[in-house]
Amino acid sequence: MAALAETPPIAAPATPAAARPHPLRRLLARPAAAAGIVVIAVFVAAAVFAPLIAPYDPIGTNFAAVRKAPSAAHWFGTDEIGRDVLSRVIFGARASLEAGVLSVLISLSIGVPAGLLAGYAGGKVDMLISRLTDALLACPFLILAIALAAFLGPSLANAMIAIGISATPVFVRLTRGTTLAVRSEDYVLAARAIGNPPWRIALLHVLPNIVPPLLVQATLAIAAAVIAEASLSFLGLGQQPPQPSWGSMLNTAKNYIDNAAWMAIWPGVSIFLLVLSFNLVGDGLRDALDPRHS
Amino acid sequence: MTAYLVRRIATIVPTLVFASILIFALQQLLPGDPAMVLAGEERDPAVIAHLRETLHLDQPFPVRYLYWVRGVVHGDLGESLRMQQPVRTLIAEKLPVTLELACIAIVIALAIGIPAGVVSAVRRGSGWDYGANVVALWGLSTPNFWLGIMLILLFSVTLGWLPASGYVSPFDDWRANLAAMIMPAFVLGNAIAAVLMRHTRSAMLQVLSSDYVRTARAKGVRERDVILKHALRNALIPIITLGALEFGTLLSGAVLTEQVFTIPGFGKLIVDAVFNRDFAVVQGVVLFTATAYIVLNLVADILYAVANPRMRVG
Repeated sequence: MAALAETPPIAAPATPAAARPHPLRRLLARPAAAAGIVVIAVFVAAAVFAPLIAPYDPIGTNFAAVRKAPSAAHWFGTDEIGRDVLSRVIFGARASLEAGVLSVLISLSIGVPAGLLAGYAGGKVDMLISRLTDALLACPFLILAIALAAFLGPSLANAMIAIGISATPVFVRLTRGTTLAVRSEDYVLAARAIGNPPWRIALLHVLPNIVPPLLVQATLAIAAAVIAEASLSFLGLGQQPPQPSWGSMLNTAKNYIDNAAWMAIWPGVSIFLLVLSFNLVGDGLRDALDPRHS
Repeated sequence: MTAYLVRRIATIVPTLVFASILIFALQQLLPGDPAMVLAGEERDPAVIAHLRETLHLDQPFPVRYLYWVRGVVHGDLGESLRMQQPVRTLIAEKLPVTLELACIAIVIALAIGIPAGVVSAVRRGSGWDYGANVVALWGLSTPNFWLGIMLILLFSVTLGWLPASGYVSPFDDWRANLAAMIMPAFVLGNAIAAVLMRHTRSAMLQVLSSDYVRTARAKGVRERDVILKHALRNALIPIITLGALEFGTLLSGAVLTEQVFTIPGFGKLIVDAVFNRDFAVVQGVVLFTATAYIVLNLVADILYAVANPRMRVG
């Protein structure tokens, strides 16, 4: 869960924006980040077009082909009830990407308003939100997610909610910190001086300026959320069988590791590649958006 | 220093109070009547009545919370419905196993992370630096339960060198204990090694560009001594305190690692409790973990202040 560590606030550009290439160009100029984007795009395409790409039904059993090694008919082999591992890996991308993106959206939709409120309002509101954030941060990420998923009941939707809530405190802290840094800037003081109401200043003047660090953190949080979903599914608290998810495939695979190792290899490689790619893009974004690294 | 200590200890009180409220409030997430859910599938009326009484379910939430906190303050974390034992006893039984696993994991993480970070900083921009960064990225991106399965495939199934699962107490047979613990500890230490490597690298880079390192070099001190005695010794202060904060990663990782290697520790306790719908154990374990994390944070902060007087401003 190290990827959830807070990213330092990004300083305002020292040179005029026009003199510097577009952040997207700077991102794509970094080979590691560009490779990450390509891999993510491949997984997104696999998830979206899964019914067209997958050679077999991911939940269709075939007891005549139980635990068959990789072959021309089944590139990644078959599992303990004859399901095609490649088809399940392709459909499994849906659960991982959905969980990664939606849980981070949950974190953002709670964390950013709470952080803005704490940073902009200050006083008792800030104190209350900050103490709540500290309390949530005191529970290790995955243990809190497990506890939440346990009380909510095991399902992919509940796993996403659990991961989203567990990842929220980092966004509250980051938004609060950057808001505090931005609120005393001249343009915010000017907006206040001409009589803008606080909500308008927070939304139109503060928020756009804290987007870059949030974007970096969100990308790294997706990587952590993908691992968290796989972990919860591995424990049986995420996607429920027979629907495919990489984590639950690994849970079954560990029981057959001595005679059907292929069942464990591909789901794990997929998690690794997807998480690595989000980490590479997150690191690349940080460098591309931070003028000190350009 | 005393004033700093008092002030710092006082700040953990509200965090503990809020954390306990949040953890107690988890119960509110249970759909329907908590007594019915907690009683499990048997729905024994006697158990339901007992639960209503002991959990004060007829009282409003704040009153129930106060009853619960009163118990917690007196060391009563509730009782496991499935195992008919106090949660405190269960934690005390399982914790030493996880602590042993965690200690070996930390040793492995330090042994890999710090030298890799030092080499990476000293040879910045070289192949070593690149290699260490690749290893760190690998450590951060590999799901540890998958790494565990792959190690079992290599060292247990293919080579037959190490047992695939199980636990032997070190007091019964320390060799068998070490053989059973080395793979899970490596899996657990792997991710932390990556974090430590990154911290060490940035701390070393900062220290290596400082005036006293330049002075040491100008005096003609051997490069090896400059790095180990002057730079690393100072860089270690933030690394060790940051390392203490990796406790959460360690416990989260232990949950999965213990599941893969069937180690009867703290992590397996919470997973088993989740599947047995033994919610008192889940709450007790989360509360214990949060408290331990808050206290460790405090200890890390105090150690930092002891090592670096400038930080005492607080």
